[in-house]
Amino acid sequence: MRYLIGRLLWALVVLVGTTWVTFAIAFLVPGDPARVVAGPRADAETVATIRHELALDLPVPIQYGRYLTRLARGDLGRSYATRQPVADILRRRLSATATLACAGLAIAIVIGLAGGLVTAPLAGTWVDRATLIGSLALLSAPVFWLGMLALYYVGFRWRLLPLGGGGDIRHLAMPALVLGIGTGAYYARLLHVNLVTVLGLDYIRAARARGVSRVRVVAVHALRNASLPLVTVIGLDLAALLNGVVLTETVFHWPGLGRLAFDAVLNLDVPVIMGTVLLSATLVVLSNVAVDLIYRVIDPRIRLG
Amino acid sequence: MGTLLVAAALVGPVLAPFDPAAAVAPQLAEPMPPAAPFYLGTDDLGRDVLSRLLYGARISLLVGVIAMIVTMAIGTAIGLTAGYFGGVTDVLLMRATDVMLAFPGLLLAVALVAVLRPSVWTIFVVIGLVSWTGVARVIRSEVLSLREREYVLAARAMGGRNGRILWRHVLPNALPTIVVIAALSTSGTILLDAGLSFLGIGVPPPTPTWGRMIQEATSYYRVAPWLMLFPGVAVLFAVLSFNFIAYGLAGDGRAPGA
Repeated sequence: MRYLIGRLLWALVVLVGTTWVTFAIAFLVPGDPARVVAGPRADAETVATIRHELALDLPVPIQYGRYLTRLARGDLGRSYATRQPVADILRRRLSATATLACAGLAIAIVIGLAGGLVTAPLAGTWVDRATLIGSLALLSAPVFWLGMLALYYVGFRWRLLPLGGGGDIRHLAMPALVLGIGTGAYYARLLHVNLVTVLGLDYIRAARARGVSRVRVVAVHALRNASLPLVTVIGLDLAALLNGVVLTETVFHWPGLGRLAFDAVLNLDVPVIMGTVLLSATLVVLSNVAVDLIYRVIDPRIRLG
Repeated sequence: MGTLLVAAALVGPVLAPFDPAAAVAPQLAEPMPPAAPFYLGTDDLGRDVLSRLLYGARISLLVGVIAMIVTMAIGTAIGLTAGYFGGVTDVLLMRATDVMLAFPGLLLAVALVAVLRPSVWTIFVVIGLVSWTGVARVIRSEVLSLREREYVLAARAMGGRNGRILWRHVLPNALPTIVVIAALSTSGTILLDAGLSFLGIGVPPPTPTWGRMIQEATSYYRVAPWLMLFPGVAVLFAVLSFNFIAYGLAGDGRAPGA
């Protein structure tokens, strides 16, 4: 329990650190948010009024202080561009991104588990080498390019799935697969290597000697120990997954957070930038804490602290 | 395969049959499918795709390698310092690393490019600034074990200065790890560069980059799929060859750094 509190406190420190860095960068961007809001034809007076309304005329450290105070009360501010509360915008976009990211991660884990479990007993054979090369190739392909290939073949030539946009599961299938497949290949590889190591250990031989079936030995006895490093990687991968989300959402016109954040950076919409960064940083940090806890469930020998 | 790519990058401009920036196709208004003398087709502006790919190899690999050097320099410096000195230095540096890790790297890169204005140099620096965290972590853990080795302890007992011990004893012994991560991070930087170019904020035009060729092809992917197909294959091969190098060096098929 004390350990958990300590971890959460550190997580808070990390999050405050991210707000600091984001704020600094947002205000270093050459360009005037008030000018962007006012539009290119507005006169100097209008720009000045807007600047005052948005409190952009205050020194940056004071703006940062005010932001933190409001943040402490749970207020993320309003978008410069649309004047909508950032929290509302985030809520709307989060569900789209969360759906995509979870579906992608689920696909990655399924591919990873299946790939690892099937190939581990085949280590050293040509199947093993072929899947190694195949999975490296998948890992090496740019995700946005895979997305466009999928759009061209699955969506356009074969007309199996819609070409983009948000909506039902038919819209979700392609982006999720594109997002998850490379990561899945990596998980499969990682699990494969760990399983091969674990399968050579004494307790596996003991289990075999007791007459446990081959499938059960690999899928239950070995998997439990071999999946530990996988859990770490999955937890740490969330940030990488969010990168993939930005590109995947762009290719498939998926109305999620990634696009929102990207557009916000280009429009100097500081409150939205802060909101999206803070949200994704929170997710990443929490997932790291979760990884530590899951460790304990999988392997009770691990003492936290 | 890697050699082939480097060769393409070096002599590509000589091999390129056409000027990559010139409209050479007989019909300019729309892309032409692959057919001699345009072996990979032409794009919507009538430029030869093969020539652009060959020129693009130069810039994409250059960005990948230099950004890797920046990444490795920052990551190694931070990892060495944190791992060797330990204590408060370690905690501070690793917390800073955690903060950086919590950012979605691509968005951070987008913001940094906006701060620094797009240019080739900006891309080198930005990719380095975004991707050093993993390197720092791996090198730190390597150094944590190295600093307890007898030769390091001996050097310290003999009164060696820290800087000298790091440079002469710790760094050379961490080198095998560093080389593997360097190969791996080159594949990462090439992908990141392609992603930035795809989002329209990479190395600015008219320099042809693979990522931007794919981005420019998005509007034509239905009528001219070859426009996006070939640059993607180029990125795939470049990244794959660096991944092969990394896995080959690591030796046991284990994902390096994991």
